[in-house]
Amino acid sequence: MSLSTQDVEKVARLARLAMTAPEIETARAQLSGIFDLIAEMQAVDTSGVEPMSHSQDLSQRLREDVVTEANQREAFQAIAPQVEAGLFLVPKVIE
Amino acid sequence: MQWEIVIGLEVHAQLSTNSKIFCGASTAFGAEPNTQADAVSLALPGVLPVLNKGAVERAIKFGLATGAHIAPRSVFARKNYFYPDLPKGYQISQFDLPVVGQGALTILVEPLSGNAKPYEKTVRITRAHLEEDAGKSLHADFHGMTGIDLNRAGTPLLEIVSEPDMRSAAEAVAYAKALHTLVRWIGICDGNMQEGSFRCDVNVSVRKPGGELGTRREIKNLNSFKFMQQAIDYEVQWQIDTIENGGKVQQATILFDPDSGETRMMRSKEDAHDYRYFPDPDLLPLDIGSDWIDAVRATLPELPHDKQARYVNDLGLSAYDASVLTSSREMADFFEAALGDATAQAKICANWIIGEVSAQLNRDGLDMAQCPITAQQLGGMLTRIADGTISNSGAKEVFRTMWAEGGDADAIIEAKGLKQVSDSGAIETLVDEIIAANADKVAEYRSGKDKLFGFFVGLAMKASKGKANPAQLNDILKQKLAG
Repeated sequence: MSLSTQDVEKVARLARLAMTAPEIETARAQLSGIFDLIAEMQAVDTSGVEPMSHSQDLSQRLREDVVTEANQREAFQAIAPQVEAGLFLVPKVIE
Repeated sequence: MQWEIVIGLEVHAQLSTNSKIFCGASTAFGAEPNTQADAVSLALPGVLPVLNKGAVERAIKFGLATGAHIAPRSVFARKNYFYPDLPKGYQISQFDLPVVGQGALTILVEPLSGNAKPYEKTVRITRAHLEEDAGKSLHADFHGMTGIDLNRAGTPLLEIVSEPDMRSAAEAVAYAKALHTLVRWIGICDGNMQEGSFRCDVNVSVRKPGGELGTRREIKNLNSFKFMQQAIDYEVQWQIDTIENGGKVQQATILFDPDSGETRMMRSKEDAHDYRYFPDPDLLPLDIGSDWIDAVRATLPELPHDKQARYVNDLGLSAYDASVLTSSREMADFFEAALGDATAQAKICANWIIGEVSAQLNRDGLDMAQCPITAQQLGGMLTRIADGTISNSGAKEVFRTMWAEGGDADAIIEAKGLKQVSDSGAIETLVDEIIAANADKVAEYRSGKDKLFGFFVGLAMKASKGKANPAQLNDILKQKLAG
């Protein structure tokens, strides 16, 4: 399967990646290669095999509903670029 | 042109766990910003989610309470989007294998206009799934920047999705209220709408009756039933006007502005299919065994709908009374405790609670849990009404005193001299005296002037200082006046 330039541009936009035209072309070729590999795998007959959501056939371990974490805001915010009044500051979000 | 309204709801109920869904940070509301944002909430590199058993248990409870299938194996998925209050760049949710499958909720709908009667309706619930909440963005001005508080990030939510089964704003509100009652009833969510613990998204479309579904617009984040009603009414009219004027409804997410009473566009939904869900490799499938389900089932209280049926069938209450009494567990518990074994008094007990008690709570701005009188106090008073010790007006006096000063019914009746005279000998003496003193009126009455009966009742009541048992007095008067 061969991806189009538009496909790559769309994925890049969703992933918030700014890509130049040569980068898009490189990514297009590489991603198409991955899709070829998938196509090869899909040729295998898997009828009768139940789909798995995880590579390990185990089930999720659960934790008890107990608060175990103390406030470490000072430590965490020491490495943040900008904080004020206990808040992390980010570039303005306009919806 | 006739239009049919089609409404479906998505409700996010914040689960009442102590800790977050995938980490041990606290979920308490109102803490200082980011003091409950641990390494997992912040999505620091290398952290891994570990699922909270309490969140799963609450989801199971909900499934059982709505007659739904609990998935023996369900899967967590990543829903990918970028927003600064979601530091991982994806929300952990469930997609094609949710924990709770199809269920249903039966509601009592009170039509909003006209004299239409309340009716029952069953709304199908498509699914309910577990997911994490995002943080909060504060758009107040921080030098042109946005402030982010991640305390809420990772709070467990149960997203409850209904089928598009509702056909009016009244039905949508009735369903939302019934769901709100249920989640509090089974103790999985505190239902505090001001704090955002119970948020409703409403999908609205219109169509020609029986025709294909119209294009829907989704009203986001309604946090009061009143706004829900207003938002739906406005939106329905907007869609009908748009179509009748030759326009087309475009799929969109909209917000309701309570100040203007209007809905407005938030963003177009063209990217809706670009969340690129995939199974979260950090989380293994969630297995729920039948032994766990049975253990949870054993903790379920009698549900509102079952209680309503019992009140109607066994206690002879109306569907409306039964529905009001089961609007919260506190109210139903109060009713049952006040009633005790005196099931014959169910109607009068219901009337007192729905009438005087609720009205007084309302006036004092209290809810049922803060009621200053206990169910036992009310029950004591009801016993004295039933056995004829006090009249209705005497009961009102007892009630007012109880509310303001406390005390049990018997003590108040004694202290205020409210005991009515039910001694037929005493009433007969009193009636004899009145008849003797008013021979002319008695003669008029006997010659057919029935209206005078009230005059005699008045005199007798006055003579007894209002304490004569009215039913008994009536009987004796009738008998003696007949001559």
